[in-house]
Amino acid sequence: MTANGWEQIGFYLIVLALLVKPLGIYMARVYEGLPCGMDRVLVPVEGLLYRLCGIRREEEMSWQAYAGALLLFSLAGIVLLYLLQRLQGFLPLNPQGFPGVSPDSAFNTAVSFGSNTNWQGYGGETTMGYLTQMAGLAVQNFLSAATGMAVLVALIRGFKRRTTQTIGNFWVDLTRTTLYILLPLSFVLALLLVSQGVVQNLSPYQKVPLLQATYDAEGNAVVEQILPLGPAASQVAIKQLGTNGGGFFNTNSSHPFENPTPFSNFLEMLAILLIPAALCYTFGRMIGDVRQGLALLAVMTLVFLPLLFFCYLSESRGNPYLAQYGIEQTLGNLEGKEVRFGVANSALWAAATTAASNGSVNSMHDSFSPLGGMVPMWLIQLGEIVFGGVGSGLYGMLTFAIVAVFVAGLMVGRTPEYLGKKIEAFEMKMAALVILIPAALVLVGTAVAVTSQAGVAGVANPSPHGFSEILYAFSSAGNNNGSAFAGLSVNTPFYNTLLGLVMLFGRFGVMVPVLAIAGSLAAKKQVPEGAGTLPTHTPLFVLLLVGVIVLVGALTFLPALALGPIAEQMLALR
Amino acid sequence: MLTMLRPALVLLAAFTVITGIAYPLVVTGFAQVLFPFQANGSIISKDGKPVGSALIGQLFDDPRYFWGRPSATTPFPYNGAASSGSNFGQANPALHERVASRLLVLRVADPSNTEPVPADLVTASASGLDPHMSPSAAQFQIGRVARSRGLDEAKVRALVVDHTEGRTFALLGEPRVNVLRLNLGLDELR
Repeated sequence: MTANGWEQIGFYLIVLALLVKPLGIYMARVYEGLPCGMDRVLVPVEGLLYRLCGIRREEEMSWQAYAGALLLFSLAGIVLLYLLQRLQGFLPLNPQGFPGVSPDSAFNTAVSFGSNTNWQGYGGETTMGYLTQMAGLAVQNFLSAATGMAVLVALIRGFKRRTTQTIGNFWVDLTRTTLYILLPLSFVLALLLVSQGVVQNLSPYQKVPLLQATYDAEGNAVVEQILPLGPAASQVAIKQLGTNGGGFFNTNSSHPFENPTPFSNFLEMLAILLIPAALCYTFGRMIGDVRQGLALLAVMTLVFLPLLFFCYLSESRGNPYLAQYGIEQTLGNLEGKEVRFGVANSALWAAATTAASNGSVNSMHDSFSPLGGMVPMWLIQLGEIVFGGVGSGLYGMLTFAIVAVFVAGLMVGRTPEYLGKKIEAFEMKMAALVILIPAALVLVGTAVAVTSQAGVAGVANPSPHGFSEILYAFSSAGNNNGSAFAGLSVNTPFYNTLLGLVMLFGRFGVMVPVLAIAGSLAAKKQVPEGAGTLPTHTPLFVLLLVGVIVLVGALTFLPALALGPIAEQMLALR
Repeated sequence: MLTMLRPALVLLAAFTVITGIAYPLVVTGFAQVLFPFQANGSIISKDGKPVGSALIGQLFDDPRYFWGRPSATTPFPYNGAASSGSNFGQANPALHERVASRLLVLRVADPSNTEPVPADLVTASASGLDPHMSPSAAQFQIGRVARSRGLDEAKVRALVVDHTEGRTFALLGEPRVNVLRLNLGLDELR
């Protein structure tokens, strides 16, 4: 670790912290229907959309109707994306003439982008035409992110409202999120990224001569290089902001056309945590007590920082197996990393992208040290609540807060309350589902894969790292992260189908119980704060919540981790 | 449910047009006007002809050029059309074999150089297209390049110093040398 490395990390955290309040306030205004500064342009567009779709903006929905609208909309998006991939061979804007994607890969990718996972079994520059990227993948980047944020807003209304049956209007929440938050931010970020060298065009791939000719494995002369192009910047912007993470190119944000400079890297990293962190402030403001939001932000930071430290430390050390060759490893473990980013930015990105459910990468996690690679894996397994996905991270964290007040309530024998709402059996059942469904998907999915031939066949590295590859894949899919230990060959019918199903249930199997909690809370009365009420903005509660998260995450996944990264580390120590 | 069909389908269609067609096209328009060089791949030209992208590395294994990082792309290194890392775990024997053979090639090309080899010269990058190497990786090769070209070492050293980029704002990223630009500069040296 170097002083400069920590300065970069410190600078990143400070800039992020400075943006939390202004963006948090802005988003709260968007959701409360207040003027937002761009109204002259956006209000007419919004009104036109509602008229076209027959949406009455003041119409309120029950939680069941909200969930129904959400599921129907997501299903329609997934079907459209599937068709775009299958039919791209017949559609325009495909200068490389890529054929239609295979059925299993198209299913996997459609679910992946529709569920905000953005797991990628394909390589972008060798598979997807520009129309599929723009009108298919990028659209789901926007809409799956907006869907997650809509569910969060519905849950916040559940806490805020009293004795009502409704939690808002899904169409309005979705539309306002996309128009007022995601589009303007993406536009600005996209242009900043182009200024750094991220490509943005509709031209066919360009051939350039090589300065020094070379030969391929069969001895044929290679005298030119093909440069992949396309509308990358517009897509990279939303993939970072919407915690999507699906790369335009195969190697995601390690590709120089997707992330060319240290400054583009800084902006893209900032975009990963920007909205998830700011939503904590939005939440506090909307429920009328900013301290509650800041307490949750503190919880996220307290889990994030030690794990980041640990990852950076492990990656700084170089590869112990290479020590025998007498090479100079002062720059750290460089296999699978880019020189312009170095170890500090690679570790910071790895921690941020897995704390949030982003899943984009600027280095290859598969080549991390055993413990350095365990950090991103465990951050995913915690349930994508440490910042987490846009919307989904905070609604997951609020679910854990419900569990934490319940635990505290058990200790003193009182009915637990959170934000003035009594937490009863129904909420607890739903909260348990929210936590158990992804965990079960991860562990059962991994078990199925390691006990089947098709599953083991995909492994690239000898065990126990091979086991880690499979465990990481299912952790990533079940919690909608999307990053990978990418050596695993997953573009097979087995993995495409199984991981597709895991992503689907990991996303919507969690959203529906969260909306049920929102509906149930909205119907309740506000309980006045009493002497026995546990305050939920204090350091004590922050520590309690950290404890609950770490305990649940450790108890659930330590046995599996012991077979992968921990065993690998033990072997390295021999 | 049927009453929801219209908003679901029409809204999806409308947002496909707004975020999937209009947004990328507007960004493309602005990008092509404001930053045409960057938006089209940062392609550098010599005598009016393109010679490569400043951002995409090329393979060099001629002793007269500086060599960049190993690349794991297939079927040949630095295949711009199919970026890829090696995805080798630290303990994978295949990684150790590759590192050993790369080391051997570097040593054979310059037997008199006994300095330790900088790690970035024997480890594959994440993208397989890394355009950079560390400054110490460039310094390591100065003797070989100068001898192969019959150039004064000091001259080559000065060129390397010229092509060494520091951290952005003296803070972000790592110091680095762009291999293609350095080698183009080398061809200009007399």
